Amino acid sequence: MNFMSIHIDKEKCIGCGKCIIVCPGSLIYQDNNGKAFIKYPKDCWGCTACLKQCSVQAIKYYLGLDMGGGGGYLTIKKEAEYLDWYITTKEGKTKKIRINSKEANKY
Amino acid sequence: MDFKLEELNTDILIIGGGTAGCFSAITAAEQSNFKILIVEKANIMRSGCLAAGVNAINAYIGKGETPESFVEYVKKDSEEVVREDLVYSIAKELNTVIKKIEDLGLPILKDKDGKYIQRGKRSIKINGENIKPILANAVYKHSNIKVLNKINIIDYIVKNGEVIGAIGFSLEEPKIIGIYAKVVICTTGGAAGLYKPNNPGFSRHKMWYCPFNTGAGYAMGIRAGAEMTSFEMRFIALRCKDTIAPTGTVAQGIGAKQINGKGEAYIHKYGKPTTPIRLYATLMENKNGNGPCYLKTKGITKEQEEELFKAYLNMAPAQTLKWLEHNRGPSIENIEIEGTEPYIVGGHTASGYWVDINRRTTLKGLYAAGDVAGGSPKKYVSGCFVEGKIAALSAIKEIAHKKTPKKDNKILKKYLKKIQQFFRNENSLISIEELEESMQKVMDEYAGGISQGYVINKNKLNIAEKRIDELIDLAYTLQAKDLHDLLFIHEIIDRLYVCKVLVQHLKARKETRWKCYQENYDYPKKDDKNWKKYVNSVYKSGVVKIIFRDLIGRDEFYEHSYR
Ligand SMILES: Cc1cc2nc3c(=O)[nH]c(=O)nc-3n(C[C@H](O)[C@H](O)[C@H](O)COP(=O)(O)OP(=O)(O)OC[C@H]3O[C@@H](n4cnc5c(N)ncnc54)[C@H](O)[C@@H]3O)c2cc1C
Ligand code: SF4
Ligand code: SF4
Repeated sequence: MNFMSIHIDKEKCIGCGKCIIVCPGSLIYQDNNGKAFIKYPKDCWGCTACLKQCSVQAIKYYLGLDMGGGGGYLTIKKEAEYLDWYITTKEGKTKKIRINSKEANKY
Repeated sequence: MDFKLEELNTDILIIGGGTAGCFSAITAAEQSNFKILIVEKANIMRSGCLAAGVNAINAYIGKGETPESFVEYVKKDSEEVVREDLVYSIAKELNTVIKKIEDLGLPILKDKDGKYIQRGKRSIKINGENIKPILANAVYKHSNIKVLNKINIIDYIVKNGEVIGAIGFSLEEPKIIGIYAKVVICTTGGAAGLYKPNNPGFSRHKMWYCPFNTGAGYAMGIRAGAEMTSFEMRFIALRCKDTIAPTGTVAQGIGAKQINGKGEAYIHKYGKPTTPIRLYATLMENKNGNGPCYLKTKGITKEQEEELFKAYLNMAPAQTLKWLEHNRGPSIENIEIEGTEPYIVGGHTASGYWVDINRRTTLKGLYAAGDVAGGSPKKYVSGCFVEGKIAALSAIKEIAHKKTPKKDNKILKKYLKKIQQFFRNENSLISIEELEESMQKVMDEYAGGISQGYVINKNKLNIAEKRIDELIDLAYTLQAKDLHDLLFIHEIIDRLYVCKVLVQHLKARKETRWKCYQENYDYPKKDDKNWKKYVNSVYKSGVVKIIFRDLIGRDEFYEHSYR
């Protein structure tokens, strides 16, 4: 298993280019077929800005093995004012956390 | 590579569209009809420190506090060597800018009576996940602000000692641009990536500070001869191990204590618990065999745990992912903590441009605000807003009757030559990555990085000095194959200049003022008699000249001597 910082699924990607625009490190580029790919995976900060932009959930975020990652990943879906965060374990179990972006944190 | 050359004009040029930059632009747009141009290396929608979000506003005048008590707190926590005048000017405006960001759409937690709910004396609870898009959208509402994204600025244009613009290149097409302005505001943030990081391998950029803030603003100022202050007061954060996620949410939010591997609270053993002492204590416990150290969260309720999951997703999602992918949340396991590598960050400590009360630097025509401006620690998000505002208000007054400077095509051609050289360096023996790693290794081992327990001494600093100079020469031999390589090379060059100045500042302060941040083995004690002063510097013709300056009090008025 090769733990990427982020991983873009080329099958799912529709080539909208939004993740490319928003990455604070400009690390994502477009390949010859118009699909997004991360050119500099070691330079990813893990901010998940790209995941939040992707309307088809083509981007997953993994923790590197050197940070204690174990193959689990995170995806994000935007639904109106909600951000739905999905954390999936290596075994395939998913937990959804819904956050209302209009509500402040308790802590 | 063939480059297009482009020249632009504006009234106010803002370099770096982050926290301070966007707020500065919004202020100038509301208060004047001047043309404002933000130039940003990424895209203002999610660039800089706020990319993932922040989880609290950490500079706020809470109930029972006053701007005066805020100054006292910052002064004490920073061992007194701060610009009280600057801190005071921030303190007086904090609550006003917080109201403004709330009006722009930032959710802030409130009680039944509509009062902010505090997280400690000077902090309030928010949902900061979206804070950067909120700011960016506010910028785009103003027709007199123009934004150029994906342009990396590399130097100021200086004429007769005055900054009249800046030079940059595009990351999207081979294009070099020269921007001329009546006034320039630098808001490029601090410097990460100087030292070998906590996770030096695959996850090397999983660090606390924004890895894309590489000290460009400091470096441009250094090269142009601006006076810098307090670089020796490095910032080292105490963070969640591996993910390097902030700890304040747990420490302040649910009141978790720091405990060692034996389960004992240990901070009190090390004196008054200032920010550097909390870090130092953790380091010493590990050194003395009492590690690992934790934030004690075991036993918190499931509801508290769920709230922590959410709070971290709103600023450092790696932490929540780590908890959940292993099914071991903070109610089951304490959170291990560690110190990060040192950063240069004027928003947390005092390193940066030496500025006057209006945030004018020592270079005419140039202002600095936010993490790039020195003298006032603990400004955080809200303090960066205030500084952006102060700079904008002064700048619009200053240029009321000023003419736009004349363009000078010779300057662009000079930079074209310099930039093309990197594409011609075909026989370069080293890669960009190797040079970056060498720099970080030198700083780690000889200028007080993690491997040295942050401690420095003169003999090691002398080696760092020599090696950094060699690396600066080598950096100009690096080869660029595309525009992103060109960006990487400039990011390294900028960091090397910051390192060069940092090493001289560390050498100059012959005492130990701050544990970990500036701990000198040759002079292990704090020496108030001789060292209650600022260490400043000016770079000229390859040499960093150190200047000592007397402390400036809260109600004193300081003016740059050239004005
Ligand atoms: C992970 C993290 C969490 C934090 N959490 C909190 C918190 O909860 N509460 C709080 O109050 N504070 C927090 N802070 C501190 C606060 O976010 C920062 O102090 C503040 O955002 C810095 O603002 P700035 O404008 O100086 O820098 P930034 O907002 O980072 O802006 C700098 C901008 O300049 C751009 N730039 C850099 N170089 C160039 C160049 N050469 N050319 C063009 N553009 C360039 C960058 O891309 C960026 O957009 C946190 C900081 C970090 C890193
Ligand atoms: S997580 Fe952030 S830094 Fe990493 S690729 Fe996505 S946008 Fe870029
Ligand atoms: S945002 Fe999603 S769909 Fe659009 S380019 Fe990126 S990965 Fe592809």
